[in-house]
Amino acid sequence: MADTPQAALDERVKDISPIRKALIRPELGGIIGTVAVFTFFALLAGSSGMFNAQGIMNWTTVSAQFMIIAVGACLLMIAGEFDLSVGSMIGFAGMMVAIFGVTLGFPMWMAILITFAICLACGWLNGYIVVKTGLPSFIVTLATLFILRGFTIFIPQTVERKTIIGGIREAAEGDWLAPLFGAKILGGLFQWFGDIGLIAVFERGNRAGQPVVDGVPMLIVWAIVLIVFGHLLLTRTKFGNWIFAAGGDAQAARYVGVPVNQVKILMFMFTAFCATVFAVCQVMEFGSAGADRGLLKEFEAIIAVVIGGALLTGGYGSVIGAALGALIFGVVQQGLFFANVESSLFRVFLGVILLLAVILNTYIRRIITGER
Amino acid sequence: MDPIVRMTNIAKHFGSVIALNGVSVDVFPGECHCLLGDNGAGKSTFIKTMSGVHKPTSGEILFEGTPMSFANPRDAIAAGIATVYQDLAMIPLMSVSRNFFMGNEPVKTIAGMRFFDHDYANRVTMDEMRAMGINLRGPDQAVGTLSGGERQTVAIARAVHFGAKVLILDEPTSALGVRQTSNVLATIDKVRKKGIAVVFITHNVRHAMAVGDRFTVLNRGQTLGTALKGDITPEELQDMMAGGQELATLEGSLGGTV
Repeated sequence: MADTPQAALDERVKDISPIRKALIRPELGGIIGTVAVFTFFALLAGSSGMFNAQGIMNWTTVSAQFMIIAVGACLLMIAGEFDLSVGSMIGFAGMMVAIFGVTLGFPMWMAILITFAICLACGWLNGYIVVKTGLPSFIVTLATLFILRGFTIFIPQTVERKTIIGGIREAAEGDWLAPLFGAKILGGLFQWFGDIGLIAVFERGNRAGQPVVDGVPMLIVWAIVLIVFGHLLLTRTKFGNWIFAAGGDAQAARYVGVPVNQVKILMFMFTAFCATVFAVCQVMEFGSAGADRGLLKEFEAIIAVVIGGALLTGGYGSVIGAALGALIFGVVQQGLFFANVESSLFRVFLGVILLLAVILNTYIRRIITGER
Repeated sequence: MDPIVRMTNIAKHFGSVIALNGVSVDVFPGECHCLLGDNGAGKSTFIKTMSGVHKPTSGEILFEGTPMSFANPRDAIAAGIATVYQDLAMIPLMSVSRNFFMGNEPVKTIAGMRFFDHDYANRVTMDEMRAMGINLRGPDQAVGTLSGGERQTVAIARAVHFGAKVLILDEPTSALGVRQTSNVLATIDKVRKKGIAVVFITHNVRHAMAVGDRFTVLNRGQTLGTALKGDITPEELQDMMAGGQELATLEGSLGGTV
């Protein structure tokens, strides 16, 4: 070995073209999938109204729902753990808002804050049990899935003798915190869009003259904020490096002083936070909480994350990729509806996309990380 | 010269198992101290005691002349004792620069928030790697694309960069090919010349002979003695490691190739 510190090029290090370098990234599968899905629906459902203001708002809202829970699931998966209780947590959180805000008559802001506190505590407990017992998070959160769902059905049945509690919108009237989850913003801008003819306006009825899309729901704002936050946290901070390290090899990370257990517990709490945001936005929009809300959401979140290029065993992934995975999910689900395709085919389509994306992602990841 | 680490009569019991039964080793700055022993001799337990993973059942550890009791590896690292483990040195999925600064991330403050200083991390990583003779394609290259020897070298460079005074290497060459081994041995030589004490654990006498200044042989949890370079032949070391007689019978049938 030469002692001179010169940058002599190793003949075995192949030069990589800039184009290839720009392409080879964890999000590539998600990017290709997004382009493919949009092309597909532009051809199949281009004339169905999928791409007018109302249509766009429709699939954007659905995608934003997936994005919110995908960001949490993504960071947790990169930290090396799963949370299967996300779906139950959504149902449970919505029910808590209803129980505290409607049944018990607390002010809505207090009901929302209590709900967040309870759900973050559940997330903490998930994480604490996983890191203390060393059990797979798959099993621990599977237990939480059943426990939370059970309570979500039991509590309203006991106190209200029903499994759907309404009246949330009325209870939230005039509250200072509720609009953060249920309001729409930029209403003026959309009114102006309607006035200048950029988007359609209602022609008859009591809303005549108003634009068909009257603002951006806070749900979408939350999705964007969480994606930006998650992406910056993961790629641009010290803590982000710890998330990668905790999932990549927990023991190696511990040897250099990374607080792996705290990182994992915090990520379980963040996942719970995302699920609660989703739940509160949903009950504000529907005006009611139902015991069956959020069913199977945990798998939809995991699918979005995996389509986005994350490795199921942790240590590798991208928040932007997960967001694209969620977008694909939302566009496919709503697009098939616009294209008048039998809705059961949604599952077939989803399965095919999942398989293709994972194969492509595995190939890309091997190039990047030198796995064999 | 005083030893930087002096470990006297270290014993470690795990329940009824006596893993170490009175091990004494002195490590001096700027020397490569080879710790030899067959599997089960207690090498790993001993270095884990030195690096703060295990607390000794009895015995004394002096670090720079003062008695030390490390509660955890973090304490030992802070004091300047760094350990490079054979297969747990690096995270293959992460980039070289992310690995290099893992647990010691540089931060810069933008608008009141603290961000990972990637520019600084990348620059330092490239410089350190070049100094160790590894040509990276870029600091964002994943560690998984490096060879085993290069990974050990990155881990050693990392420990040195973060101020290690004592560097413990746990069988760094045992899984490597000939060329990679010589690279790692050359790295050990460079580190020693910087005045850092190197504790080199191995069961390969030839690797030990190539860089070692002093040799301590462990057998069944005890020190069989410490020898200086030149005072002992590879054959004698080999015999001590294997406990003498058993190897003698082997040697007959294998023609002394072991």
